[in-house]
Amino acid sequence: MSQRKPEISKGIDWLLVWLYIILVSVGILSIFATTYKEGDSIIQSFLSLKTDYSRQLLYFGIGGVLAIFILLTDSKFFTATANLWYVFGIVLLLLVFPFHTEVKGTKSIIRFGGFQLQPAELCKVFVNLALAKYLSRVETDFSRLRSQIIAAAIAILPAMITIMQQETGLALVYFSFFLVMFREGLPAAVLIIGFSLAVLVVATLLVDPNTLAIVLTCIAAGAIYFLRRQIKRKRRILFLIMGIWFVCVGIQRFVVPYIFENVLQPYQVKRIYDTIGKDYVPTDANAALDIEANTTTKKKDDGDYNVKQSKIAIGSGGLLGKGLLKGTQTRYDFVPEQRTDFIFCTIGEGFGFIGSMVLLGIYFLLLMRIVSIAERQRSVFSRCYAYGVASVLFFHIAINLCMTIGLAPVIGIPLPFISYGGTSLLTFTMLLFILVRLDADRQMVLR
Amino acid sequence: MSVFNQSRSTVIRLIFAGIFIVILVQLVNLQLFSGKYKTLALNNAVYPKVKYPDRGIIYDRKGKAILNNTIMYDLEVTPTQIKGVDTNYLCQLLGIDTAEFRKRIITSIIKNGRYRPSIFEDLLPPVVHARLEENIYKFPGFSLVERPVRTYPFRAAAHILGYIGEADSNIIKRSDNFYRLGDFVGRSGLEQYYENVLMGKRGVEYMIKDNKNRLVGKYENGAFDTAAVAGRNLRTYLDIEVQQLAEKLMKGKVGGLVAIEPKTGGIIAMASGPNYDPNMLTGPDKQKNFNKLFLDVSSPLLNRAIKGQYPPGSTFKPLGALVALDEGVISPSFGIGCNGAYYGCARPVKCLHSNPGHAANLRLAIANSCNSYFTHIYRLAVDANKFGNVKNGYQEWKYYMNAFDLGVRVGVDLPSEDKGNIPDSSVYNKVYRNSWNSCTNLTLGIGQDMMLATPLQLANSMCIIANKGYYYTPHFVDKFDLETAEDTLMNKFRQKHEPLTKISDEAFEAVMSGMQDVVEIGTAKMAQLPGINVCAKTGTAENYRVIDGKRTKLKDNSVFVCFAPREDPKIAIAVVVENAGYGGTWAGPIAALMMEKYLNDTLRPERIKEVERIAAADLMPGWVIREQYKQDSIRAFKWFKMTNDTSVIRRFLERGATFPKEQPEETPPAPERRTVKMMNEAILPAEKKNKTQRTHPIS
Repeated sequence: MSQRKPEISKGIDWLLVWLYIILVSVGILSIFATTYKEGDSIIQSFLSLKTDYSRQLLYFGIGGVLAIFILLTDSKFFTATANLWYVFGIVLLLLVFPFHTEVKGTKSIIRFGGFQLQPAELCKVFVNLALAKYLSRVETDFSRLRSQIIAAAIAILPAMITIMQQETGLALVYFSFFLVMFREGLPAAVLIIGFSLAVLVVATLLVDPNTLAIVLTCIAAGAIYFLRRQIKRKRRILFLIMGIWFVCVGIQRFVVPYIFENVLQPYQVKRIYDTIGKDYVPTDANAALDIEANTTTKKKDDGDYNVKQSKIAIGSGGLLGKGLLKGTQTRYDFVPEQRTDFIFCTIGEGFGFIGSMVLLGIYFLLLMRIVSIAERQRSVFSRCYAYGVASVLFFHIAINLCMTIGLAPVIGIPLPFISYGGTSLLTFTMLLFILVRLDADRQMVLR
Repeated sequence: MSVFNQSRSTVIRLIFAGIFIVILVQLVNLQLFSGKYKTLALNNAVYPKVKYPDRGIIYDRKGKAILNNTIMYDLEVTPTQIKGVDTNYLCQLLGIDTAEFRKRIITSIIKNGRYRPSIFEDLLPPVVHARLEENIYKFPGFSLVERPVRTYPFRAAAHILGYIGEADSNIIKRSDNFYRLGDFVGRSGLEQYYENVLMGKRGVEYMIKDNKNRLVGKYENGAFDTAAVAGRNLRTYLDIEVQQLAEKLMKGKVGGLVAIEPKTGGIIAMASGPNYDPNMLTGPDKQKNFNKLFLDVSSPLLNRAIKGQYPPGSTFKPLGALVALDEGVISPSFGIGCNGAYYGCARPVKCLHSNPGHAANLRLAIANSCNSYFTHIYRLAVDANKFGNVKNGYQEWKYYMNAFDLGVRVGVDLPSEDKGNIPDSSVYNKVYRNSWNSCTNLTLGIGQDMMLATPLQLANSMCIIANKGYYYTPHFVDKFDLETAEDTLMNKFRQKHEPLTKISDEAFEAVMSGMQDVVEIGTAKMAQLPGINVCAKTGTAENYRVIDGKRTKLKDNSVFVCFAPREDPKIAIAVVVENAGYGGTWAGPIAALMMEKYLNDTLRPERIKEVERIAAADLMPGWVIREQYKQDSIRAFKWFKMTNDTSVIRRFLERGATFPKEQPEETPPAPERRTVKMMNEAILPAEKKNKTQRTHPIS
């Protein structure tokens, strides 16, 4: 797209650009495969802007223009205005509260003219810039707790606002920035503790509370037994183990039930339960009503209908798939939200295991390429930004795919570059092409 | 700083790889190792739509379609689309109220959902269909759908052709789930017996449905579809005009009639009285009509030609002669002196004739229907020295009977045939505690005692005589279209049975001459046909029936058997009319008219009057009315006890007022008075409350 301007194309990582083009094309094809109506003239409907795939094609065009603009911009511009963008993003997020239009139960969309804008989506770019800016400051010593907390706050602030807009899925994305912080020296313990906590929460949901308490006690007792020599020398270890045990049991007995009953919406609880394969029986009538209102399908009694149909779609693809436009599950609307969040079903059903493999391969190649790009940066800002891109993309890909194949709860986040949706596509385009721009200037030292 | 944390880049790469591997494993699991998802997806999206073939058509011997297919219409509704329907107008057209309309809509939503059409009213009467078709544009969401229905253009042969009905759970289970709920299968008659031939092969059209169960197109462009193969047509021996005549003659009578072509065993006509119009069981009112027929105590649904079991009486005598001849105990010239009764045993058997020489030989004995002669030759046959004792002798005699297809099922191509009764010697052993001899059951020789036979069996026995010793199992179907070597259904009807081998042609001639004499100088003069030698035998059989708990002797059954022409037999007939008196009074004239119609293809003008006379004769036995009255009163009372609804009782009592006073002599006084009284008592208090002084007609 920019070959005619050698000064722009200089230093550009063409692999990333090609992967981008391939992924967006696959996306448009998939949207076409799910929404194309038999008998329509293909060219006409592609140009009419009335169908989803033609609109996605338009967004692709807009994305292309946007990408060229970004490539034409001086990379110093991004470092210089990173904080400004962040403030702009937060203001945009806050503007949602007075100016939102309610669409499908979320309050995170601003509408102007014929277009919808979801600031929570867009804000990822700004947070990434701001975080990179903060981490690359000369005066930031990331080994200090204070810097770590500030960095975490930069990421978590928009997440909180997003949660208030009832977009838990998008909010969770901001937690992926911890990977960047990890790379920049956040103690591994933080990640390990976070992971352990997650295991504990899942175990709490799966295992009977009393059994789990006994298991935890046994682990603690075992630890004390094996560490008895060290304990003799250092009493502190004993108290540490006791403390950890106490916190774990507390979380398991009180914190998780409290969060599930008072913090999370009942439908979210139900989705989590559906994922781990347990039945959720709401304790009060309001909760049951909430579940009913937030279940998009007709089959209200069957909350995991989406995932079940999605698994059927992907599973029925087999090795080679049914072929383009031949997938019965996706063609005849058995999978809900299949243009957006469940777009992977179309690929899984239409192109089978081979097709899914190829897509996974492309994504993996993209992520590995970004990580290696990150590592070749001289400037800390560029490296942090690159890791941010990798983390956000990874989080989206992992959660979205796991959701469609029944490994994660149904969290409404799109599959990067493929899912239908203008804001989402443009956000990822910006995210990626800022990286391409920064990488093109990797010889420069940016601050 | 970056130098310090370089290794973490590897950790991050590993985390990425780890999650991707997890996704990969789950994809392998879902797409490569779980076969069930393919089935689930197919179940979701593919709907096998069964295509029903046209059932085979049944033709008579002259190629007229006597059971055909026609189109009727169902009214279907798609609940989501019924916006702006003029409900009142539609209800008015269909003759239902709006509450019923709403109920039906809800039922169809429950049954098939909102997006799929379901039947609102099936089998619309032609008038309603015509009016709906004009106005259907006013009723969005409603559509008229064709439905093939059986039709009987000649309104005849109900018992033979049978009817189709929805498969019930028993049929489905027996067919190994080949049939599904709602399928139509033959439930009686040829429809049932030749189900596999008539049914054809069902086809399947694989349709794609969407998440709302709407059919949106063909699956794989119909690559897996199988076409329906139409049912095969049956070509029968029936002569529909003779059949119609037979049914007309049996009108108002209880009994059965069978006419067989002796050379082939093909059944020309088979009628049973009382009868019904087969079209009653096809149209929109079929259930109502069926219930009515089912509750009628005279059992119009019963095919008495194969299920009515009657003592054959004198019509058995020629067969008795054949047995004695075949066993060699008599010759055609064998004769006895009879002076009005048979005194060979302690109890004399009366004979109608007492003039000497009326049983001087076999021919004369048959012509005069001498009871003494035939009881005597029965005893000769059973007591023959070669058997040692009477029990062996009797078993041999029974063996002959069974070889004539008496006492066993003939094997006609209709379901649920009865086998009549030729008791085994063990039955006599039991009844008479082992001490019995040929005197005990000597009336078997004149077709009485425990002997029972169906009209079909009697007609078949005539075939044996007409054919001089052989017969084919009586059957309706000559052949069906596209018969292949795998179709074994017809084999048994093409096999010749020869129960009599030792009898000379002269002996047969003697029996036939005797039977011809019956027509020319004996009791069957009414069966004479100009230019045709008819052989016949009348019978007048005593019979009993348990009425109101008492074994009552009823008026004799009128029995008649015949075949013609003697030289080249083309038709053999047996007629039984219950409680109609002498064989020559009713059964004989009926058979005579049938023979004339079949052999000459038309009736002489003066005979048409005779047809009308017989058709108009009401010979329904008195007990039918009585039993009906009894049953109805019990049912009305039960209904009242169950629902406290007096309307049925009231209707019944009103009908009771017109109940004929003159009842047949045989029947004792009405025991159902008690029920009627109870019913009156049940109603009266309610009436008092209403302070009405109406009196109720009580029979």
